Amino acid sequence: MSRRVVALLTVVLLVMAVLPPAARSQEPVKLTFWSWRTEDKWAYDRMIRLFQSRNPGIRVEFIPFRPTEYNTILSSGLTAGKGPDIIHLRAYGGLETFSAAGHIAPLDFDRVPELRRFSLQTLTGARGRKDGKLYGVPFATQTLVVFYNKKILAQHNLSLPKSWNEFLGVLKSLKDRGVTPLANGAKEGWTLEVLSGVVAPNFYGGSTFFEAVTRGQTTFRDPTYTNAIAKMLDLRPYMATGFMGVDYATMQQLFINEQAAMFIGGSWEIGFFRQQNKNLDFDVFALPAERADQAPWVSSFADGNYGINAKTPHMDAALKFIRFTATTEFGQMFTDLLSQTSAVPGVVIKDPVLKNVQSMNRKATPYIMLVGFRWQAPTGSTLLQSALQAMMAGTMTPAQVGEEVTRGLSAWVESFRR
Amino acid sequence: MRASRRLWLAFFLAPATLLFAVFVTYPIFSALAYSLYEWEGIARRGFIGLGNFVRLFQTFPYPRLLGNAFWHNVVVFALTMLIQNVAGLAFALILSRGPRGARVYRVIYFLPVTLSLVIVGFMWALFLNPVFGVVNKGLAAVGLGALARPWLGDPQTALITLTLINAWRWVGFPTLVFLAGINAIPDEYLEAARIDGASEWQATRNVIFPLLAPAFTIIVTLTFIGSFNWFELPYVVQGLSGPPNRATDVLGLLFYRTAFGEVDTGLQDIGVGSAIAVLMFIVMVAVSTFGALYLRRREVEVA
Repeated sequence: MSRRVVALLTVVLLVMAVLPPAARSQEPVKLTFWSWRTEDKWAYDRMIRLFQSRNPGIRVEFIPFRPTEYNTILSSGLTAGKGPDIIHLRAYGGLETFSAAGHIAPLDFDRVPELRRFSLQTLTGARGRKDGKLYGVPFATQTLVVFYNKKILAQHNLSLPKSWNEFLGVLKSLKDRGVTPLANGAKEGWTLEVLSGVVAPNFYGGSTFFEAVTRGQTTFRDPTYTNAIAKMLDLRPYMATGFMGVDYATMQQLFINEQAAMFIGGSWEIGFFRQQNKNLDFDVFALPAERADQAPWVSSFADGNYGINAKTPHMDAALKFIRFTATTEFGQMFTDLLSQTSAVPGVVIKDPVLKNVQSMNRKATPYIMLVGFRWQAPTGSTLLQSALQAMMAGTMTPAQVGEEVTRGLSAWVESFRR
Repeated sequence: MRASRRLWLAFFLAPATLLFAVFVTYPIFSALAYSLYEWEGIARRGFIGLGNFVRLFQTFPYPRLLGNAFWHNVVVFALTMLIQNVAGLAFALILSRGPRGARVYRVIYFLPVTLSLVIVGFMWALFLNPVFGVVNKGLAAVGLGALARPWLGDPQTALITLTLINAWRWVGFPTLVFLAGINAIPDEYLEAARIDGASEWQATRNVIFPLLAPAFTIIVTLTFIGSFNWFELPYVVQGLSGPPNRATDVLGLLFYRTAFGEVDTGLQDIGVGSAIAVLMFIVMVAVSTFGALYLRRREVEVA
């Protein structure tokens, strides 16, 4: 009798073991999503919850890493075949590093039809340069602007400058009245590259120069460019005390705590500034061109992409999630929660400061080194950032900066060799 | 008996040997192998022999970056020897005489060594912040405001400042090693010297220093390895790029930056990065071996 029971139980157990697919279909597919956006985890968790409520069979786990370590962790994860299913990727050359190695699943309009609606310019940040294939869904576009503290400017009866000289005039009157005009520092080279991205395009003629230099018709030795970056030197007297030693965190604190009137940076700061000081009354303007009658250029770029690990075992589920990130609904949430300009078309911007950024983008030029010269090592950014530090410290002239950058880039930009 | 002894030896040595092989030998050989291949992003392509080394030595800006970083390692080594180890020796000589509170001072000197390097770096970066930092504010308070400068952002002072922070953190270590060395010297030797009429300096110079040679060998070797492997402190305080304009760049940072890429700025170049790692390894092994052999010959055994 008991033997029979045992036999029966064994049969039942065996049947259960042989039929795992039925059992598995109950269990949701679990996708991992790696990112460097530690501070945005709360927002991603909310967007993921919406996705999961629509797709009960799929769980997504958002795992952020420290931004400075993200590349290393992702590279070793992918090469070891243990990467995530969904990958937060940078754009342009930062994407190519991973896509050229075959780690990212190529997407196209058939697999992700939503991408058809994206603007061509945002999609360039998601394309491999060599094969021209799309490797991700762009998530945001960023614009380089001047932030200003409305209260401080009003206190000193200063209005927004209409030309470069008026801008210098405003900075001077702030300084004369004991206010630090610019929060900017130079300890972290990338903040100087951003500064050059705000100051220089108006003087080198924006996209015309960008086209010329990326097509190999000129180089960064061109006085058009070196004279443009030379304008940054005019700002030195108005930057924070000991600006050569002022790092990014200090820059942010100076502006957030209303110790500096302006902050030259990127549109990604809006959300952070709001979070840190609810009473901070700030807005943005595009740095004016040389003459008041010229519309100013702003540098802008695609921030990054969501991609799929080419080796994911859950390709269908991953594609579903990726398509979700390309919907207007996702884009709207992204913009509303994070105060950033979503790359998804059709998103309505409610944030007044972000709206302002959007209107500036009518005359946008590609952020020159990121879009054009960050494809191989040494990158234009690496070269420019260090050289600009030397220029701001007074140990290099603008012409030497142009020479240094051109010479360094000639390692892989053939038209720069002579 | 012999065989079982050998077996036991092998048994006890095996775990350490295994760990060493997995975490030291294997990475060194894989770096060597990586340096001989061409890389595209993180994908390994064909074998190119010494191509990466040629690029490292011939393609601007690599040769200049390499020379610059190497020179900074040399400067850091020299300054650390001069400042940290001389101070350590002085502290040890003073403490060895057992002044009042010697034990307390010993703890105080050693305290920073026990602090995490990340905390030390972060703390000093705050102290030296040109806007909020206490250093420049303190200088201004005592009427020396003219001396205030962006210590870590000025190309003239950045590397020296970093070396001083490092010395502040480590000075307790040579102090302890030298103190142990001095304490190990039998009192009779010093007594004999004094009876012969040797002055304090003569006793120190002719008795203590020669007998400290083994401690000296250890400290010089460790300082050398520490200076040429220097990474954590510059990374925590200055970031990966060795700002301003590579004024604080050292081989460790250059290697990391080249092999793994700077976030949002640079791209990975694993080939050239591995070539740098291989060079660093060769330099360190060669110099440490020769240095240790040379210094060893000068040591005097305490009979």
